[in-house]
Amino acid sequence: MHELSIVCSIVELASEAAEGRIVRRVTIEIGKLSGVEPEAVAFCFPEVARGTPLEDATLDIREVEAEARCDVCGAEFPTPDMLSACPCGSRQFQRLRGDELNIKSIEVEEAA
Amino acid sequence: MTNLQTGASAEIATLSEHGSPHGAPHSQGAGEDHGHDHFHGEHHHAHDERHHHHHAHGHDHGHAHSYNHGHHDHAHEDSHRRVDLEARILAKNDAIAAKCRAWLAGREIVALNLVSSPGAGKTTLLERAIADLAGELPLFVIEGDQATSNDGERIRAAGAPVIQVNTGTGCHLDAEMIARALFELKPSVGSLVLIENVGNLVCPALFDLGEHAKAVIFSTAEGEDKPLKYPHMFSAAKLVIFNKIDLLPHLDFSMERARENVRCVNPNLEILEVSARTGAGMQALYDWIHAQLAVAKQSALV
Repeated sequence: MHELSIVCSIVELASEAAEGRIVRRVTIEIGKLSGVEPEAVAFCFPEVARGTPLEDATLDIREVEAEARCDVCGAEFPTPDMLSACPCGSRQFQRLRGDELNIKSIEVEEAA
Repeated sequence: MTNLQTGASAEIATLSEHGSPHGAPHSQGAGEDHGHDHFHGEHHHAHDERHHHHHAHGHDHGHAHSYNHGHHDHAHEDSHRRVDLEARILAKNDAIAAKCRAWLAGREIVALNLVSSPGAGKTTLLERAIADLAGELPLFVIEGDQATSNDGERIRAAGAPVIQVNTGTGCHLDAEMIARALFELKPSVGSLVLIENVGNLVCPALFDLGEHAKAVIFSTAEGEDKPLKYPHMFSAAKLVIFNKIDLLPHLDFSMERARENVRCVNPNLEILEVSARTGAGMQALYDWIHAQLAVAKQSALV
């Protein structure tokens, strides 16, 4: 499943940013329409993190609600799933948010 | 290993994801000469099974209290420093994909990322296209599967230069695999590169390969509601190819309902109806491809 690949990328990016320090927290952002399942990410994380600077890190997942702006009537509306349409009926719209798959920050232990 | 483009023989080691060359075991008998290049692109490491939770605890922290996994008392939180990253998790894949895209654009090549469920007819479609376009349009293929070179062999037999990528336990091709394959394959200027992704309608949607477009192949034997069930993939694609239309007399499949479902998920998708087996409808696909190549040629430098 692709969440395993994604967790590998998270651990890689966070390890690089840690620059040899122990990581205590990793904060990531997953959009509701990103196609990534937060539960699956959480499931994979401990195994991938083991033996890395993230071994003892808390994975903090923030989900982002999806919204779009209609090309026809200009309204901004929530898009809870991939089949959501504008209240005016249009299926032509720009996705404003909800596709995120980001690593926001890490918390590291300062060197003693 | 023979370079199918030039016919030259070369010593090319098969590379695994770990970078070290190895004599890869293949499904064919030992000692067989491979008519196509082949590498493994595994992109994760196997670990022992353990119980799973949000917090990764490898060893005792030395805290004086016990804690549950829902709450973590940081006795030493003041000594933590936050490092802001604000980075896309797939940044590395996307950077390699961008490089592939630029490399392809510079050579006026159109690369299509063919995705589908297993068994929708991707490889048969490729065989048909190779036969129909022979002598007219140079065609290069990147074959992705978890295991075996079966599809790579079929493409080689059909007469196109091909690289087989085995992902091991991986469920999708990624940009690094494509970069390596393009490096080996060396498709010519103005050619068509067809990437047959691992049969999977879920995971490949997230992984940019640097392609010109994703094309979903969807067979009439699969049911009209497929687009509704896999909206991410149908949203990410530019083209849907309904395959196996020769089976329609034997199926309860409404093409009109299927097209409506596609439009529900992505109103901007181009829809074609073909039979890779009989060749019906394939000319419309070739016309579409030629139109893409014309755009690629025009926009290469200006």
